Amino acid sequence: MAVQAARRDRNAPTQRVKLVEGRGGGLGDRSFQAVAFAFAAFILILLATIFVILFIDARVALAREGLRFITGQVWNPTADIYGALPYIYGTIFTSLIGLVIATPIAIGASLYIVEYAPNWLRAPVSFIVELLAVIPSVIYGFWGLAVLAPFLRDRVERPLKAALGDVPVLSALVEGPARGRDMFVAGVILSIMILPTIMSVAREVIATVPGTQREGMLALGATKWEMIRGAVLPYARAGIVGAAILGLGRAIGETMAVTMLIGNSSTKISWSFLTPGYTMASAIANQFADANSSLHFSAIIGVAVVLLFVTGAVNLVARLIVSRFGGDTRATGI
Amino acid sequence: MQGQLAPPPRVRPATPRITLQASDTTARRRKLINSLMSGLIGASAVLGVSILGIILGYIIIQGAPALSFDFFTKNPPALGEAGGGVAPAIRGSLLIVGLAGLVGIPIGLGAGIYLAEFGRGRFANAVRFTADLMTGLPSIAIGAVAWALLVKRGFGNYNAIAGSVALAIIMIPIITRTTEEILRLVPNNLREASLALGTPQWKTIVSVVLPVARGGILTGVILSVARVSGETAPLLLTVLGNSFASNDLRGPMAALPLEIYQYATKSPFADSFTKAWGASLVLIMLIGLLNLLVRLSARLGNPKGRR
Repeated sequence: MAVQAARRDRNAPTQRVKLVEGRGGGLGDRSFQAVAFAFAAFILILLATIFVILFIDARVALAREGLRFITGQVWNPTADIYGALPYIYGTIFTSLIGLVIATPIAIGASLYIVEYAPNWLRAPVSFIVELLAVIPSVIYGFWGLAVLAPFLRDRVERPLKAALGDVPVLSALVEGPARGRDMFVAGVILSIMILPTIMSVAREVIATVPGTQREGMLALGATKWEMIRGAVLPYARAGIVGAAILGLGRAIGETMAVTMLIGNSSTKISWSFLTPGYTMASAIANQFADANSSLHFSAIIGVAVVLLFVTGAVNLVARLIVSRFGGDTRATGI
Repeated sequence: MQGQLAPPPRVRPATPRITLQASDTTARRRKLINSLMSGLIGASAVLGVSILGIILGYIIIQGAPALSFDFFTKNPPALGEAGGGVAPAIRGSLLIVGLAGLVGIPIGLGAGIYLAEFGRGRFANAVRFTADLMTGLPSIAIGAVAWALLVKRGFGNYNAIAGSVALAIIMIPIITRTTEEILRLVPNNLREASLALGTPQWKTIVSVVLPVARGGILTGVILSVARVSGETAPLLLTVLGNSFASNDLRGPMAALPLEIYQYATKSPFADSFTKAWGASLVLIMLIGLLNLLVRLSARLGNPKGRR
């Protein structure tokens, strides 16, 4: 094999036709392509390995608990009972708080950048907001611990508790003491962290709205806001939804900042914003060091598997929406 | 913009006043809503910008007093004592991230080159899809894999190598996708010209395509390094952190993000917050430096024109 190829290489300069045909056929080319192929294949193998390892290690706990692993409300390693519902609930609760706060701000900021800002201000504003994505999660956590949590506890949680504490139904939202380590604080820090994700995608989507749409609206005498509401937002709606889901995917997997701010002390499932609970990610970060029994270890890996599936699914949906509606400017009508 | 709001200027005299007045109030209402919403939109931009200012401001103002020559060069003191530094954490971060780069960069580059230069068909699409999926995976899940494979099995104890492996897994898909995108920007004429001269394809890629794209490729690589140097969760599960200076890759090691976490949550002494601010500032400076390098590497030239 090698001998043949070498001979062909040596002969190449004398055979012009061969030279042209030889593209991709030389030993150098073939080995280069083979190496590059191996690296690309490695990525597939890598993801497969990740799934296989997690499944093998989670099998014990998943087999033992069955469906109760995601529906059970008791997580008690000493009694070997593993129901991850409180963690799933915490993940959903905090992510939704983050999403509800971040999405309108992200849309507003992208509208400002695309529709309002003078040319020289566009790049700086988007650059600065996107810098938020560069700050490491652990620094958000520490800043939240030192600055945000005391502020929210004194300025938001306590007044809110005073206001809603005696109202019949709403009091459930503020049950428990306001300690500044709870779902609400974790949700607020998440909203800051996912803001750049949502904004950068929303901005791109809004920028793809054709100018003729805006001009048509303005020519009819619409105000700027009416133009945005009538021409820009409907056109960009699907893309913005995709951006928000992308942000949701980031919030679900976020670990350090949430771990440092969520409290990690209650597995009670309640409507209260003041629940010092867990998310799936924070449960892993909190318990891995104590996982001495093989069942507890397996259960923690099981939580990672659930987390992996949820984020995978959310990201997939987001990418599908963004690529379908955001990429092609003609895909969405009004 | 304002002019469009007003009723048409040439109103026929016969038009009853009432209508004019009615449209006047509608116009006023529309104008009001317009300025209200414009204000809200402007406010959210201001909010987004100022949050970064507030966070960075705190880190710089609170962290600067902690910085000193000792902070960069000394080992941490015994718990609760003042003074000392984070030298082992800085060294640990460099070691762990460096090792991750050593593993991750070649693989990411190779796969990116494959996708851009040979990547047609279902296999290449599968690789692209997989890389995209992997960039979205939570880093703690990747940390959990390294923990299960290299800490719980493998070494049997917390070790820096497992952390590097986890970081490398995070880096690979990022580098792959940016490399592919940059290489796709290289005009095909260059490839064709080189091939027409009889240069083999591998040599065309190595000495024509890659040099043209080197600035962009470097940018992608540095960005991925910046991204993983702040990663904490995967390191927590694998490297764990170490309050003693250690250069043993097979054992637990200190790292800047872990140091911040430890000082912020595990240590009850007043001085520890100062140290956490200082370590945060050092980490931010490190990441800022890497981002500065990105700007410089962009000047090395991108395939499509220079800005």
